Amino acid sequence: MSGYEARFRVWRGDEQGGGLRDFTVEVNEGEVVLDIVHRLQATQAPDLAVRWNCKAGKCGSCSAEINGRPRLMCMTRMSVFDRAETVTITPLRAFPVIRDLVTDVSFNYEKARGIPAFVPPAELAPGEYRMFQEDVDRSQEFRKCIECFLCQDTCHVVRDHEENKRAFAGPRFLMRVAELDMHPLDAAERSGLDRKRTAQEEHGLGYCNITKCCTEVCPEGIRITDNALIPLKERAVDRKYDPLVWLGSKIRRRPS
Amino acid sequence: MRAPGRAAITVAHLRTDRWWLAPAGTAAGLLAFVVYSTWRAFANADYYASPYVSPFYSPCLAHNCQSMRGGPNADLFGSWWGISPAIIILVFPLGFRLTCYYYRKAYYRGFWASPPACAVAEPHRKYSGETRFPLILQNLHRYFFYAALLVAGVLTYDTALTFRDAHHAWGHMGLGTLVFLANIALIWAYTLSCHSCRHIVGGHLKHFSRHPVRYRAWRLVGRLNARHMQLAWASLLGVALADLYVFLLASGVFDDPRFF
Ligand code: SF4
Ligand code: SF4
Ligand code: FES
Repeated sequence: MSGYEARFRVWRGDEQGGGLRDFTVEVNEGEVVLDIVHRLQATQAPDLAVRWNCKAGKCGSCSAEINGRPRLMCMTRMSVFDRAETVTITPLRAFPVIRDLVTDVSFNYEKARGIPAFVPPAELAPGEYRMFQEDVDRSQEFRKCIECFLCQDTCHVVRDHEENKRAFAGPRFLMRVAELDMHPLDAAERSGLDRKRTAQEEHGLGYCNITKCCTEVCPEGIRITDNALIPLKERAVDRKYDPLVWLGSKIRRRPS
Repeated sequence: MRAPGRAAITVAHLRTDRWWLAPAGTAAGLLAFVVYSTWRAFANADYYASPYVSPFYSPCLAHNCQSMRGGPNADLFGSWWGISPAIIILVFPLGFRLTCYYYRKAYYRGFWASPPACAVAEPHRKYSGETRFPLILQNLHRYFFYAALLVAGVLTYDTALTFRDAHHAWGHMGLGTLVFLANIALIWAYTLSCHSCRHIVGGHLKHFSRHPVRYRAWRLVGRLNARHMQLAWASLLGVALADLYVFLLASGVFDDPRFF
């Protein structure tokens, strides 16, 4: 397979405005979209802004939207496109743009700060933590997250409704709540913090309508909806809508 | 989508694939089932062809039910119930499927376009998800799950009854028996693969290591749960086909081929 000239449309601009610009760029075998963006920078648009680091799908920096789908530029092979097709690249559309393909993702860091951290168990000193693999499997799936924020960008709750950003933490951070609530040593409950309840009352779990777009775009293949969000919804039901569970917890005081 | 500060792109989406195919197919499939089942549920006829009873009419809880010997009759509602007795019982499977986490996704996308597909802007100006009435009632899914277990139990009984012949003698089998066996297998697989079930059998635990039996059950349900969408469609089709089979027998279109 030899190289060919491919047509691209790349969004250029800043918060004042901008638009899609057409380019024709050389593409070689084995290249990914990020290679093409780099070639654009090197040859035709030296001031094109793009954020990237690892080029290995692990740092989560190069998130963008390619042909309208939120993806990592470094993990999107050019071979998935038809040679005749024009490939469109835009910045993430749910966050404020800084310049060209670079967006301001601080919304996500603010939401991260809003989730109370792991609460260490009082009776154990650091170094004394012992956990069984089956007890950490669930949390470990969520720890694969590379914080690319593609899920946050895709989620229609905030993507289509800016006003919901205040109330809704987004899939990545609801998953963080789930991770801690499933953590075998997290002592939040004993310290008076009910993560099941706050997921719904403070982090907007009820806004999620489980339409699974976060799962669809996650480059780590985390089953966010099935394994984090729905279990979290069920846990909220335990607390708020299930009289039997509530009664049981009053009668039988046994740790789960 | 066009909030200030965001990249100035006016179109609702830039997707180039056929993203509308999945929601359109989902909507068409669900609509077809709704039309068929509404007709059959209100028909109040052709739902019993000994030894088969349509799953839409089982258990049959009113006085106006056709009598089915040894069948799932229980005159709980008495004679004041004038319309089709299917309506009484269908509320439960209907509620189970309406609040099912898979069907929610299916109809939110297919019928309500919220969102129509990923990264395709939804047409609604405001969105509060499942935070308010009526959608907050989706949280009741687990109660419908309990009811669905009971209904599945009755349908299992109905399937056992299909090992009789038309004169209620045991030890026989016909093509309908196979139809009913396939249907009940799918109903159970769908019911047990429910996300609420996964939570109830073990998902609510913090320490699996202290509850090895529940951990095993949770893993088993988890494996089924990964196929929840496929099972939802397969069992929907299964139940419609089982009903159609009974309808064709009861209305005399053909006779049940008997094996022995
Ligand atoms: S499943 Fe929930 S959190 Fe994930 S994209 Fe859909 S609405 Fe957002
Ligand atoms: S959950 Fe997946 S999509 Fe979301 S930030 Fe983490 S890696 Fe990215
Ligand atoms: S450059 Fe690190 S994930 Fe793409």
